[in-house]
Amino acid sequence: MEFAELIKTPRADNVVLHRPFHPAVEGTLCLTGHHLILSSRRHDNAEELWLLHSNIDSIEKRFVGSLGTIIIKCKDLRIIQLDIPGMEECLNIASSIEALSTLDSVTLMYPFFYRPMFEVVEDGWHSFLPEREFELLSSVTSDWRLSYVNKEFSVCPSYPPIVTVPKSIDDEALRKVATFRHGGRFPVLSYYHKKNGMVMMRSSQPLTGTNGRRCKEDEKLINATLRAGKRGYIIDTRSLNVAQQARAKGGGFEQEVHYPQWRRIHKSIERYNILQESLIKLVEACNDQSHNMDRWLSKLEASNWLTHIKEILTAACLAAQCIDREGASVLVHGTEGTDSTLQVTSLAQIILDPRCRTIHGFQSLVEREWLQAGHPFQQRCAQSAYSNSKQKWEAPVFLLFLDCVWQILRQFPCSFEFSEHFLIMLFEHAYASQFGTFLGNNENERCKLKLPQKTMSLWSWVNRPPELSRFKNPLFEANSLVIWPSVAPQSLQLWEGVFLRWNRSSKFLDEAYEEMINIIEYNRELQAKVNALRRQLAELETDDGMQESP
Amino acid sequence: MEHIRTPKVENVRFIDRISSRKAALGTLYLTATHVIFVENVSETRKETWILHSQISSIEKQATTATGCPLLIRCKNFQIIQLIIPQERDCHDVYISLIRLTRPVKYEELYCFSFNPKLDKEEREEGWKLVDLNEEYNRMGIPNNYWQISDVNREYGVCDSYPTEVYVPRSATAHIIVGSSKFRSRRRFPALSYYCKDNHASICRSSQPLSGFSARCLEDEQMLQAIRKANPGSDFIYVVDTRPKLNAMANRAAGKGYENEDNYSNIKFQFIGIENIHVMRNSLQKMLEVCELRSPSMSDFLWGLENSGWLKHIKAIMDAGIFIAKAVAEEGVSVLVHCSDGWDRTAQVCSVASLLLDPYYRTLKGFMVLIEKDWVSFGHKFNHRYGNLDGDPKEISPVIDQFIECVWQLMEQFPCAFEFNERFLIHIQHHIYSCQFGNFLCNSQKERQELKIQERTYSLWAHLWKNRVDYMNPLYRADHGQTQETLHPQTAPCNFLYKFWSGMYNRFEKGMHPRQSVIDYLMAVKEETQQLEEELEVLEERLSNLKKVQVNNNKVKNMQQDRNKALRLSASNNSIANTPQEYSNNLKSFPSRSPSQGDEEDSALILTQDNLKSSDPDLSATSDQESGVEDLNCRSPSGGCLPSEDSGKDPDSDEAVFLTA
Repeated sequence: MEFAELIKTPRADNVVLHRPFHPAVEGTLCLTGHHLILSSRRHDNAEELWLLHSNIDSIEKRFVGSLGTIIIKCKDLRIIQLDIPGMEECLNIASSIEALSTLDSVTLMYPFFYRPMFEVVEDGWHSFLPEREFELLSSVTSDWRLSYVNKEFSVCPSYPPIVTVPKSIDDEALRKVATFRHGGRFPVLSYYHKKNGMVMMRSSQPLTGTNGRRCKEDEKLINATLRAGKRGYIIDTRSLNVAQQARAKGGGFEQEVHYPQWRRIHKSIERYNILQESLIKLVEACNDQSHNMDRWLSKLEASNWLTHIKEILTAACLAAQCIDREGASVLVHGTEGTDSTLQVTSLAQIILDPRCRTIHGFQSLVEREWLQAGHPFQQRCAQSAYSNSKQKWEAPVFLLFLDCVWQILRQFPCSFEFSEHFLIMLFEHAYASQFGTFLGNNENERCKLKLPQKTMSLWSWVNRPPELSRFKNPLFEANSLVIWPSVAPQSLQLWEGVFLRWNRSSKFLDEAYEEMINIIEYNRELQAKVNALRRQLAELETDDGMQESP
Repeated sequence: MEHIRTPKVENVRFIDRISSRKAALGTLYLTATHVIFVENVSETRKETWILHSQISSIEKQATTATGCPLLIRCKNFQIIQLIIPQERDCHDVYISLIRLTRPVKYEELYCFSFNPKLDKEEREEGWKLVDLNEEYNRMGIPNNYWQISDVNREYGVCDSYPTEVYVPRSATAHIIVGSSKFRSRRRFPALSYYCKDNHASICRSSQPLSGFSARCLEDEQMLQAIRKANPGSDFIYVVDTRPKLNAMANRAAGKGYENEDNYSNIKFQFIGIENIHVMRNSLQKMLEVCELRSPSMSDFLWGLENSGWLKHIKAIMDAGIFIAKAVAEEGVSVLVHCSDGWDRTAQVCSVASLLLDPYYRTLKGFMVLIEKDWVSFGHKFNHRYGNLDGDPKEISPVIDQFIECVWQLMEQFPCAFEFNERFLIHIQHHIYSCQFGNFLCNSQKERQELKIQERTYSLWAHLWKNRVDYMNPLYRADHGQTQETLHPQTAPCNFLYKFWSGMYNRFEKGMHPRQSVIDYLMAVKEETQQLEEELEVLEERLSNLKKVQVNNNKVKNMQQDRNKALRLSASNNSIANTPQEYSNNLKSFPSRSPSQGDEEDSALILTQDNLKSSDPDLSATSDQESGVEDLNCRSPSGGCLPSEDSGKDPDSDEAVFLTA
């Protein structure tokens, strides 16, 4: 196999593994095509490291005499150190790790080789089909239809083959609108608010350019989502300034004159490299072992991470507010409509729709609003906080979304069916996974890669009962209401579960979590026992009663 | 009463929190002890009571078209604004409040008129709840090394110390008196905590009057005696909690710190906690940040850093960690002092005790800890918390910082404390409220002269009576982490010091988590207990079917009550969940449909309020529930009220920011 060429030293003995809060472990290091494995060769096999090469963000090597040290920084933010005796072995291993963690071809990635050890109950690749979603929609409204205009990915390469559009707009009009929107991303339905029939649409920016080009079909399409006499909001995720500048490059925004029924609101959400730099700075601050409080707070502030969280949440709350409180429909877009747009539309749904706060509903949301909506996972998650190379396309857009969900979860700890662990798991798998779900940048690429045929879906694994139970929130009590999070700085916190995860012992917090589960489970057990006894008694007593009654 | 110029003003607008822009119309009353505002809304007649002793400042603001605003800031971090229509009334209220909030005699304080309707015996029992002799016995004292000394009988040696002081057996009265003469305000080294497992102790004192070269044989003997009382160790730490510069500056005034050359077998250590003036300013700065209207994240974080507050909290915590480590791990005794030994010393000794001894992490133990390290050793409650009108430069949030240290520890060790956040908040509240006699005056001597125990009630008894509300459901007495010394991490990235919005934005309900895990778990535990009882009953009935036939109905009713209780505890505390200020430029369309308000208002959400009205005195007299009730009655379907017309949405927050 071709990986063999990349592995000059497949194993090394007497390697010492150092991890924070764990005693050092000595063992044998093995390199395979996709994993770095350290085994202490103890009988209990307790001390082992299995690390996906694709999880490795960067490595550093150091030598003291002939003892080499490799510091491995992972995309899940953990940092580990391997002491490898022998300079040549160490160099070989380092260069193998480097090569194996930066494979060019997607088809060489682990998901294409992974063979699950579990029985698939439900194939995750078919768990969230647009048709099924549409069935739910058709039960409450008949204003919408499924369009197959993009089935060859020819109208919009980053859209899925099937999209939901207003019934009154035909495919021909959609084709025209696509030419008027950046990347062909014409407005499509994102969310239907059952309570009042208002909708949220998403798209990319209109290509108005400097001379104010307009497109009648575009106007007709988005007006078709308004009820007679009603008006809507366009939430542009760029500042007015940035939106105006976009015109010079052929982009732009909806002008009032052509869209008189719409009010435009600009909410600035940062993009790309600014977000990536923010992540790098935040993680650096979290890894700073200095005991200086001023330094910590100033680094936390300078990273701007929480500022981004606040901005994204605010825009999402605003969208939700327009829909639920103002009773208005909303169109959300930024430039491409693949990043900040999706953060806003998906978070607004978390706020508005209790279904999105269940495990299955949240998966469906990620599937609809991120995967099928064409968020370029492969580009965005190619590197994480330790990347040295400054490539333009990496950005923790999805991680920011998960962080925002965590913030809402923290404020409404009983309203989500899933726990923080579920969000952390999604973060890990978005960056490195044995499953094919987050490979590729859109449905088009996933189709070409034949991912459903060749790889396993993350959902196939997650939705097995033993896994599900790990991700369930013990405090969950179904809450059918809209939940309005606070976006005040006092209410937003650093997500310790991700950013301080490897820097401290979580023993006490874990114990507290276990205690919480114990309390609740014991209650349920008792409940069951009492109910059983009551039933038993009732039966006996009726018998009794019958005997006694004349 | 003679200070009240106008006891009642009508048509006053009342705004009860920073973030709210909604004013309630009502009547303002001034009484000898409270400011009371009663809303005009006839169904609710919501009342807000604010104790004069809680008011920290009153500010007259520029008159506007609607009237004259008065801004009232409270020591429990509540901020309210009153808009009084007539300038003259406003002035009268202002002048009256200025006088009423600055009592000159203890007798003016609320505790002397507060009557919880307990008889004399109950009151006396209440004061006996916390007994320090019992506490020293619990530590294992007196023993071969430590004894109680009567040297301070009649406060003859030190008037800010208690009469009963624990000292090493080898410290004779001569040594103690000699040492006291060499210490600021004669606060000689005395025992604060003793670890019976390894004989290491924490002692406390004030700074020595060493100047540049003075020494005192008795003081040196005193420290020797402390060392000898710990046979396992050949030295003691002397911890000066001040920054080195401050301590050095004190030498010029004939005070200072111990010279290692003069004392045999001591290791001297500076810790660097700032003085009360720095702390007062720091809190002030942090509160300014809390008061910002829609601050950006940077404004907030920058302001928090700039206030230095968390840095100071960390300094106190680090000092406590150092001492706990010396005692638990090295088995070395520690003498702690600052300048007078009643502020930083109290903070640090109590943090160290809390880390070392799981008893202090229980409800009762925490009361004992405050009684021991703060009340008995003469922490100047009156001066620090401004109970009587006095020098504003004496005011400083010293015990507030200790309470916050405890909260920060609770966040890191969620199973280690028997009590919850609410307990801390209520203690803080009552340190300022003067509703109970515990924290009056500056010393035990003054309290005795005032006959506090005969004339007022004890907070501890009150809290103990309501202890169910203060329990941490996650606390496990048999857990490893509750039984051992706590070892917190010290780097900020390991020990995440957080801004305590539950305290400093206590009345901004919208900022806090809308569902309380603690309250939820308490409700579950309560139900569990009832289930256990029922299980027993059921099992008995099963085994004894015929006999219980009679009780049938009774049990059924009990069960219904149970279910009701849980449902109520899960939903009764609900506050309306409303959108906040998400946009400055979202404008309502003129054509906004009046029918948009829905029958079922989805904005109302089952929530649990952080501070249940579990403490009847608190909710009745200081209205800390105002935010909640307010929201409840505003939400169209909030509770049992029939759904009102939500078209003219009473949720003014939203209405206002939509038209802003």
